[in-house]
Amino acid sequence: MAIEQDEIEKIAELARIRIADDQIGEVTQRITEILGMVDQLQAADTAGVEPMANPLDATQRLRADEVTEINHREAFQAIAPAVENGLYLVPKVIE
Amino acid sequence: MHEHTVAQLAQGLRDKTFTSVELTRAYLQRIAELDSTYNAFITVDEERALASAEAADRRLSTGDVTALTGIPLAHKDIFCTQGIRTSCGSKMLDNFIPPYDATVITRFNQAGAVILGKTNLDEFAMGSSNENSYYGPVKNPWDTSLVPGGSSGGSAAAVAAMLAPAATGTDTGGSIRQPAAFCGITGLKPTYGRVSRLGMIAYASSLDQGGPLAHTAQDCAILLNTMAGHDPLDSTSAEAAVEDYTTSLDNRLEGLRIGLPREYFGEGLDSATGEQIRGALKELEAQGATLVDISLPHSDLTIPAYYIIAPAEASTNLSRFDGVRYGYRCDAPQNLHDLYTRTREEGFGDEVKRRILVGTYALSAGYYDAYYKKAQQARRLIKNDFMGAFEQVDVIAGPTTPGPAFGLGAKSDDPVAMYLEDVYTLAVNLAGLPGMSIPAGLVDGKPVGLQLIGRHFGEAQLLNIAHRFQQATDWHTRSPQTGGAA
Repeated sequence: MAIEQDEIEKIAELARIRIADDQIGEVTQRITEILGMVDQLQAADTAGVEPMANPLDATQRLRADEVTEINHREAFQAIAPAVENGLYLVPKVIE
Repeated sequence: MHEHTVAQLAQGLRDKTFTSVELTRAYLQRIAELDSTYNAFITVDEERALASAEAADRRLSTGDVTALTGIPLAHKDIFCTQGIRTSCGSKMLDNFIPPYDATVITRFNQAGAVILGKTNLDEFAMGSSNENSYYGPVKNPWDTSLVPGGSSGGSAAAVAAMLAPAATGTDTGGSIRQPAAFCGITGLKPTYGRVSRLGMIAYASSLDQGGPLAHTAQDCAILLNTMAGHDPLDSTSAEAAVEDYTTSLDNRLEGLRIGLPREYFGEGLDSATGEQIRGALKELEAQGATLVDISLPHSDLTIPAYYIIAPAEASTNLSRFDGVRYGYRCDAPQNLHDLYTRTREEGFGDEVKRRILVGTYALSAGYYDAYYKKAQQARRLIKNDFMGAFEQVDVIAGPTTPGPAFGLGAKSDDPVAMYLEDVYTLAVNLAGLPGMSIPAGLVDGKPVGLQLIGRHFGEAQLLNIAHRFQQATDWHTRSPQTGGAA
């Protein structure tokens, strides 16, 4: 199925990926080709088939509710782009 | 030294024919001499490799050794290595030095293996040609105008060019088996959950699985012995007991029933490749196996189901790359929205962005049932095909790829044409089955691979069949002309 350019813009916004104006046309064309290929699925008869999320049909395992991790804040923040006083820095959100 | 298998090198180390430091130096020298041609490695840490080799030599002198103590290995740059940059082939992680090791790395470290370096890959493991790497394409050692396959192209090329005796890879839709086939080596994708995914950077979490690439099935068995096992830190890790995969390698094949799916030998398969595969199957028949015609009737749903499920999971997994906690951050963000959208625009390559967008679309309100749910239903039909087939046969065999390696640039402008390359490998991941590719012949001087598909947790049987095949044939001993010092 064809997808319109404004729909690609909406998805890109949902995915938080900026697409430059001069590239939006090509991206739209590529995504249209990919969706055209996966559209073969629509012809498949899947009535009554239980969707499969895990190849072994495994369910989430529970573990004992015990603390097993120690605090790694210094190691984790050492590789962050911007930190201060143990906090991650981002541009100001509230004026 | 570099022409030996892992098994032979381990014997040499135990017999004191050479030390791990000598062995590691020999491989580091080959990498330094030859890798400018292949681009198989992203990062090589000589100092650290030699320090590990020295430690391994001390351990070897005590006799407290494993089959991998002192063996140098290359790791796909998707496995987190504490203190060694782990880029995943992306600008997004070009500066990322993990604060922890992947469980697979921890296990190899405990066994005393040496890390030679981190190998090139398609960005975030998304690709079938290794042309989607921020660090440039990998060249196929058999012919540097050809792709090595992907996404574990650097690992496959490193082993084929003998820059490492064996390597790790990951396989989400064929990313171990297809490059193994294109580079003339042996690769194993284990059952989903057999090898821990902790610290293996996620692409599609219900499909991703780590495994070995090596020259022989025996070497794959040796590596899998260390890699496999339950990991409480990976909630999808299988609790099934781990066998010693080396003990059943020599089992005889009499009575083995091998299913040949009609759908894997039809239109789309290069005829010369098909001939090589049929020739390889004759060898297994000569050893007492019976070839059985089978059908996997939902095979035509494989590519569409995969290219919804994998991008959907990728779009979720890759949302963590936001420029805040680690990795790339755009310059001078104007506000938080600008920080996110520009970091992701600049940090991700084209194919990664395409898959995130397709996945976001498939999961978005109004399309979820038509795409994602439908694909998950198709996934069950595909799995049921295999389960039905395994009532008739013990293993399934066919070509790993539709043909031998294609040229660099031949498909890189056409994502859909590239996706079709994975037609015989994707279903194995959707069904969570183990799969192998073993060298099965040459077409115009280019290697082709025989794919073996087993029941869940049937790795030992695949390795057994592959080993028996390799005892009777010499395709796995063929190697490209690489030059370099012996």
